Amino acid sequence: MTLGSGKFIGTGMTRREDHRLLTGKGRYLDDLDLPDAAAAAFLRSPHAHARIARFDATEARALPGVLAVFSGADLMEIQKPLAPKVLHPELKDFPRLPMPPVEVHYVGEPVAVVIADSRYVAEDALELIDVDYDVLPAVASTAAALAEGAPLAHADAESNVAVRLRQRSGAPEEALRTAPHRLSGEFQIMRGGGHSMEPRAVAARFEPATGQVTIWDTTQSPHYARQQLSVIYDMPEDDIRVIAPPDVGGGFGPKAQFYGEEVVVPWLAIKLGRAIKWVEDRQENFVSAMMERSQTHRIEVGFDDEGLLIVVRDIIEHDQGAYCAGLQVPSITTSTVPGPYRIPNIQTELYACYTNMVPTSSVRGAGRPQAVFAMERMMDRIAEYLGLDPAEVRSRNLIQADEFPYQVGIMFRDGSPLTYDSGDFPALLNGTLGRLDYPAARAEQEKARAEGRYVGIGIAVYVEGCGLGPYEGAKVRLTNQGKILVTMAAAGQGQGYETVYAQVAADALELDMANVVVTTGDTGRIPFGQGTFASRITATAGPAVFDAALQMRERLLDTASRMIGCDPGDLSFAEDRVCLNSDPGKSVSLLDIARTANIGKHGITLTKGIKPGIETVSYFAPARAAYASGAHAAVVEVDPETGGVQILRYVIGHDCGNVINPRLVDGQVLGGFAHGVGNAMYEEPVYDADGQPQATSYLDYSLVSAAEVPPVELFHLHTPSPLNPLGAKGAGEGGTIPAPAAIANAIEDALRPLGARINYAPMTPARVADAAFAGTTEKSQPC
Amino acid sequence: MKPGRFSYHAPGSLPEALDLLAEYGDEAKVLAGGQSLMPVLNFRLAQIEHLVDINRIGAEYATPRADATTVTIPALVRQRQVERSAELTGALPLLGEALHQVAHPQIRNRGTICGSLAHADPAAELPTVMSVLDSTFTLASTRGTRSVEVADFFQFYFTTALEPDELLVEVSIERPAPGTVTVFREFATRRGDFALAGVALSARFDDAGTVTDCRIAVAGVAATPHRLTGVENLVNGTTLGADVLGEVAATARAEVDPTGDIHAGADYRRRLTGVLVTRALTDAAGQASTEREVSHA
Amino acid sequence: MPDRTEDGHHITVTVNGTGYRRVVDDRLTLADFLRERLRLTGTHLGCEHGVCGACTVIVDGAAVRSCLMLAAQADGTEIETVEGLADGPELSPLQRAFQENYALQCGFCTSGFLMSVTAALREQPIRDEAHARDVLSGNICRCTGYTGLVRAVLEASAAAEQQPAGAGVGPKEQAK
Repeated sequence: MTLGSGKFIGTGMTRREDHRLLTGKGRYLDDLDLPDAAAAAFLRSPHAHARIARFDATEARALPGVLAVFSGADLMEIQKPLAPKVLHPELKDFPRLPMPPVEVHYVGEPVAVVIADSRYVAEDALELIDVDYDVLPAVASTAAALAEGAPLAHADAESNVAVRLRQRSGAPEEALRTAPHRLSGEFQIMRGGGHSMEPRAVAARFEPATGQVTIWDTTQSPHYARQQLSVIYDMPEDDIRVIAPPDVGGGFGPKAQFYGEEVVVPWLAIKLGRAIKWVEDRQENFVSAMMERSQTHRIEVGFDDEGLLIVVRDIIEHDQGAYCAGLQVPSITTSTVPGPYRIPNIQTELYACYTNMVPTSSVRGAGRPQAVFAMERMMDRIAEYLGLDPAEVRSRNLIQADEFPYQVGIMFRDGSPLTYDSGDFPALLNGTLGRLDYPAARAEQEKARAEGRYVGIGIAVYVEGCGLGPYEGAKVRLTNQGKILVTMAAAGQGQGYETVYAQVAADALELDMANVVVTTGDTGRIPFGQGTFASRITATAGPAVFDAALQMRERLLDTASRMIGCDPGDLSFAEDRVCLNSDPGKSVSLLDIARTANIGKHGITLTKGIKPGIETVSYFAPARAAYASGAHAAVVEVDPETGGVQILRYVIGHDCGNVINPRLVDGQVLGGFAHGVGNAMYEEPVYDADGQPQATSYLDYSLVSAAEVPPVELFHLHTPSPLNPLGAKGAGEGGTIPAPAAIANAIEDALRPLGARINYAPMTPARVADAAFAGTTEKSQPC
Repeated sequence: MKPGRFSYHAPGSLPEALDLLAEYGDEAKVLAGGQSLMPVLNFRLAQIEHLVDINRIGAEYATPRADATTVTIPALVRQRQVERSAELTGALPLLGEALHQVAHPQIRNRGTICGSLAHADPAAELPTVMSVLDSTFTLASTRGTRSVEVADFFQFYFTTALEPDELLVEVSIERPAPGTVTVFREFATRRGDFALAGVALSARFDDAGTVTDCRIAVAGVAATPHRLTGVENLVNGTTLGADVLGEVAATARAEVDPTGDIHAGADYRRRLTGVLVTRALTDAAGQASTEREVSHA
Repeated sequence: MPDRTEDGHHITVTVNGTGYRRVVDDRLTLADFLRERLRLTGTHLGCEHGVCGACTVIVDGAAVRSCLMLAAQADGTEIETVEGLADGPELSPLQRAFQENYALQCGFCTSGFLMSVTAALREQPIRDEAHARDVLSGNICRCTGYTGLVRAVLEASAAAEQQPAGAGVGPKEQAK
């Protein structure tokens, strides 16, 4: 079978998940009935940095309904570091412990846990725990962390710098010295969270009879969680079964990380011999789920009279939070800066800083929106400086469609040289401008300006490394009921895996989808896996499913040919039967095959040539990351007096290679875009200078509703990736990545008559109005 | 986010409710729509011993009354009930206009008018609206019933003239005099959010377009809904010409002393107040002029 | 008023047409009552402070946040939850419109949207995008970007307008 000849790949199939979700029959973690499960609640540090001086839970333990209370010091056997995911030889790492017994480093860090008959009682008990803290000085921004004489986020550190990441190609210093023109800018992107509508949750039950613990976890990475637990508990992985429930209410990155609660809850289920359920509430989620985004970019570009880029240098401060959960995000940032442009000289230098705030890690976009924001803001500033059209400046610098594979000259976070596999950036940009009717939009803008209205157009183009390794896998089995069961390690959070991978498998098998069942995210069903993150599953698990299903087709035909007595080449599928082409009356059903080769008859010799046990397996390891790309354009109108911004039009051009289910890809892109609108204009988990979080409810942390998200005109290009047999790339984050940049460009363009500078995201009304009011004070100066 | 322990009481009559409030005083809190109180309980921001749910004190408290001069809204009238009543929003268009901007329908389905007033959030719409209407608050306790004018009702952030044992039984609002134009304007970050600043305006225009009895109250920039008497004095007796309108913003800015928060600084809120008040007055003048044209046509 | 004994408040509620008598604690929220006592877990808790809308149910005809109501307050009420929308395996027209327009991904917020829109459609038709977005703005979805939701609402409303009065807004209950 060749790709594209099947019925299902590339078709907008209805989702199999929908019926149960629409009728309230979804099974999210808190819906799972674990009879007699106790509830857990965590006491969390009220201080950004403190030493625990005294801990007294006497009163809490005495409360009726309370089963147990443990401080960190009571659970020393599990106080082992939650290791960073991506390391660097120069990283100064401070162990992130599941529930620190001595020193806490951010507001919200778990200090103690209560196990009680109900969550109500558990929360009552939290109020009765008496803790004395010696409060230590805290830092709550990268600027504060890097200031001379700054307090130390970790008392025993030498400085707040976790690591300095450097990337370079060409001769950037020389190029900056000799470039005909130079411009610099400073841009700050604030924190933002994942805010899956279902917060995190963990439940566990220990079976003394088998010595196995079963853990239900809303994680995006069950196999990763199992591995961490295996090390921390010093238990063989076979005794730990981690199941991501069939329904998980959104992920967006924070659920791909591994947290102390995931260590403590199952451990106490083992220790107490009682099933325990912990469901993070929103208040906890605000102060303990990992966040992302906050970076400060000091970026300098050198270019010639035509606006052709000669060099970019970006010095970045990255807020790592209280611990390093891994350097994936800052690494991605440094390699995303150059984007779709030919830039002979590149230098990025990133200072990852410890601060006394919730640790940061990936949130939809993962380090890319910040880099795109800095670079794309500078592209507009170049255009402004040279008096050129910003679309034209971009166009002149784009890598052309015949230049792939394109070596950027620096490294990607997967450890391979940053090499764009495929794409057509000019077609993306032109397609976006075409759909916007760019010349007409500019004419409209002129007209609006003449009427005293502030209308602006913003463009942003990006390249997104996705489909990362190391591998993902799938097993395909003919079940004893005669169905084809696809078992994936990857766990979904709404992406529609049960539908998408049934499409992939059905096409490989050349069988109807009705015969295929998909199951996901259970370490008890498939031994190896990585997880759902970095827009990687379609490009890694997709090929694995495809390959395992091709093998399954061969096994089925081979077995059927032995049963019918013919050559496998003379057979084809019709519904759930394998039929002889020349005489379709001669056929066996999938159930017949299962009965013969899988179920068998006790003690009876198998027909000669039939291989028992019809199961296939495939793991796919991409050679390196694939690169999706896109171009966004926004038209906005700004009210400079209120700072209100209305998005009048928004066009998205998106290229994630071949797609399996176009409707679901649209959904990913549009959902990602809404998240990007939030990052651009609304979402900010503000901290004060002492590290106290200030926006810990949805009254203060603004998630966008349908009223804030504008209609989008979306189109796709499909330049297949040569790196996997499906030609797929990732679609989960592209909608988010360039949105803040495009919107910022549009706002600054709208306010250009006032000379306003937009250097922050999110661009809240107050920031926009203040920028309009401040007028000309913050222009990029030629240097 | 589960509420702490409290005793739930659901009195079946007003006297029973007042008895409970008299008995528990400071330890009790009245539950009407619950759309502000329940989040506070779920967050455990306040420890409340006794919750007095007034929702069962009688159907008469859930029924608005309107006569020739006055609209009366008793304690259990939901915000959506008023919003969806053509009679009430026709009588009090300012209230109707403001209600659309209070949170979302699901909140207004439970939230009561009186509850929002008793909660006295200075950024909220309804207290600001009442501040430019001739509204009178009826407060009851076992000690008796008293009337409080709006000017004396709102005292500080989340603080009103209500004593711990008192219940806001109803609010009575006089129908505006003929020729009255009202405008509600607010600017919020998102649909349904608390306003960064808001303005409620009521003014009368005579046949020549001269303003009398202008009342302007602003939300979100002070500890209570705040009347801008300076602007009122500036515009009363004028026809709201460009020269007068040009002075409004500066006058308004001088009359407020907002505090900044994580959403917006004090300077921004002060400027926004000037902008919204100017726009509201411009709207009002436009409305009045349209109405004159219609009545003269 | 609900009878109070030492065990708690004795309440009677009708949920999706079925009557229940239960004894509830003073502080039990309606959401937790539905989820844990009646095991109707289709109503989800996303924020427990009334903003996200995932827990929206219909009480006596009005869409409300079940996290902001006490179970004791629900005594004597008729409650509709997402479990009551479909007629057996047959999805309601609104549910079908959600599916056909890809108005859901993770599904966690979906029940709240369905209940909010069901109530809104009983009040009046929703004929344009701005109105649809306004109706949807009381619920938060983090996955879809709302495009499919807007389409689903408009489609369901248009379909209901072509049906006899009241059809398409839930098979069992009509606005009272």
